[in-house]
Amino acid sequence: MLLTLKIVTAVVIAIAWAAFNAAYLVWAERRGAGIIQRRPGPNINGPFGLLQPPLDGIKLMAKQIFFPGEVDRVLYAAAPVLVMTPAIMSFVTIPYSDWLQAQNIHVGLLMVFAFASLGTMGIFFAGWSSRNKYSLMAAMRSVSQAVAYEIPMMITALTIVLIAGTTDLNEIVAKQSANFFHWNIFPLKGESHNLLMPFSFLIFFICSLAETNRAPFDLGEAEGELVAGFHIEYGSMGFGLFFMGEYANIVIGASLTTIFFLGGWADPFGVCPGVWWFLIKLYAIICTIIWIRWTFPRTTIYGLLNLSWKILIPASLFNLLLTAGLLKVF
Amino acid sequence: MNLPIQLQPDETFILNVGPQHPATHGVLRVKMEMNGEYIVNAETVIGYIHRMHEKMGEVKPYSQFLMNLSRMDYLGAMGYSHGHALCVEKAAGIEVPERAEYIRVLMVELNRIASHLVWLGAFVMDLGGFTPLLYCFQDREYILDMMERITGARLTYCYIRFGGVCRDVDDQFIDSARNFIPYMRKQLAKYHKLVTGNIIFKKRMNGIGRISAEMCRRYGASSAVARGAGINFDVRRNEPYSVYPQLDFDIPVYDGCDNMARYMVRMDEIEQSLRIVEQIIARLPDGEVMPRKVPKIIKLPKGDCYQAVETARGSFGVRIVSTGDKIPYRLKLRSPTYSNMHLFDEACRGMLLMDAMAMLGTLDLVIPEIDR
Repeated sequence: MLLTLKIVTAVVIAIAWAAFNAAYLVWAERRGAGIIQRRPGPNINGPFGLLQPPLDGIKLMAKQIFFPGEVDRVLYAAAPVLVMTPAIMSFVTIPYSDWLQAQNIHVGLLMVFAFASLGTMGIFFAGWSSRNKYSLMAAMRSVSQAVAYEIPMMITALTIVLIAGTTDLNEIVAKQSANFFHWNIFPLKGESHNLLMPFSFLIFFICSLAETNRAPFDLGEAEGELVAGFHIEYGSMGFGLFFMGEYANIVIGASLTTIFFLGGWADPFGVCPGVWWFLIKLYAIICTIIWIRWTFPRTTIYGLLNLSWKILIPASLFNLLLTAGLLKVF
Repeated sequence: MNLPIQLQPDETFILNVGPQHPATHGVLRVKMEMNGEYIVNAETVIGYIHRMHEKMGEVKPYSQFLMNLSRMDYLGAMGYSHGHALCVEKAAGIEVPERAEYIRVLMVELNRIASHLVWLGAFVMDLGGFTPLLYCFQDREYILDMMERITGARLTYCYIRFGGVCRDVDDQFIDSARNFIPYMRKQLAKYHKLVTGNIIFKKRMNGIGRISAEMCRRYGASSAVARGAGINFDVRRNEPYSVYPQLDFDIPVYDGCDNMARYMVRMDEIEQSLRIVEQIIARLPDGEVMPRKVPKIIKLPKGDCYQAVETARGSFGVRIVSTGDKIPYRLKLRSPTYSNMHLFDEACRGMLLMDAMAMLGTLDLVIPEIDR
């Protein structure tokens, strides 16, 4: 009974946290874009425009859910849910500090990746069921992109698993928690001794950008040629869920980068240990992602696939082998 | 990167791009026959914003038609009224004071910079980069504010009249134009850093969207499309008009035939326009801006008159056939983007949709100007 209550509470908090992040990252993105583009951004509703996300939510929920003619109604309705739910589920295993974690799962890493792959299915369903040529093309792009980028991402994660010797996310962080130089991104101290770990970090970061359909890899919603991409036929909260799912996925991607390479909740020099170190690192990465989006133009589909198959996959494989060898030697 | 692929005609589908589509910048419709993401065939469909400007010119006196010209191309409007005014003046034999002619060229060149800035922003937005658009619009705002003070309009000017310009420029305008030149040079360097040097941008530009010189000649393309294909043709230089022969400027020509060449031509043209503005400010002669005697109702002598000018979008021509009446018998407007756009049908065959859209962006289309 107590355990059930604990799990329910944890899940509710995880959902609330995911939804809060998703909603306010939209605000942060628009404000960030405003700063970069020398304009105010949303600043009317509430102080600093902070009431914008709930009002947007109310507006979207007040809209009629509309099924265009000829759509596959089941898949069309299921797709937004399939994007949002796995993203929320992944939040359950993220360790925010050594004690703050909704549910510690020994195969946490596997679970996060399993749910991350499910999100692509939602995008594909959306594109397929909409009966729109633009959204179909966007869905095809998204799938080929997700397949291409999951491989180097998994290989890099495997490198981390080799170093840490566990798939438990909390353990992976605990291994790096001694100090700043034990983080996985730094090659000299810590477990790995692998000088190429910064490149590994870069590969993982690029892959997480591509996995979450973020600029410069946002080919699934390339508005220049595909109008709005896979969610072209969606309105109301269906569209809202796609939007929130995208931002929830960004939080997951940034969290994983933090956990794998930047020492998660570990404090750099033994000052004020606590959950805020995780949050600082997480939002620093998210700010970088926002910054990249408003600076770079979009890549092409072949440029994107070439990058993955010709550069990232060989590089990450090489890094995996090197790490394995070095672990054997030292 | 457009590798030749085996096209299977039975596996194609029709993609209807437009008339409302973010990449077409207006109401252009492109019917594309697609094989996956590859374009097998494309057909541009125009006419959605046809307003019968030519016919309007044939039922109105010349001076009443003057404001129609700036409605053709809302981004580089000044060049179009310049062309029409020059044509009518040539036929009617109206002398234009030197100061007026210099002011006209000054305004046309400032307008050209404004137009190229909008193109730059919108083009990079086609490629998925949002930020340059807002930077460009801020710079353009500078020009528009300056021109608004003198001409009274921000987009659709009726500033150039037969015989001169309707209002003289003042010291404040000259000062702000003088301040604008170093500011714009600094901004231009910034754009080169932000956009031209970007690796993703380079990958999408170099070697993509090939339009050869032979093709440009066949379709009658002009502006950066032709000059990006190595054709050294600019009406300002080859068929000199107005005071351009007295000004020192270069015609940027690149022979890459690709997106990058067209992009670089336009970026360099901004710099050349700045040079022209600089020279005019330095040597603006004193005097009247309208001649004393311009007839209220202009009647052109019987005959045929043609005048071409280089607008921001290419060589624009006005042909007036007069029977000696106060309205022309026939008025033909040669729109530069009309020719530039029809290249697209042929050039985009076998390309990926994304690359084709990038190429469409480099053509710098203004749809109301095509449809007239």
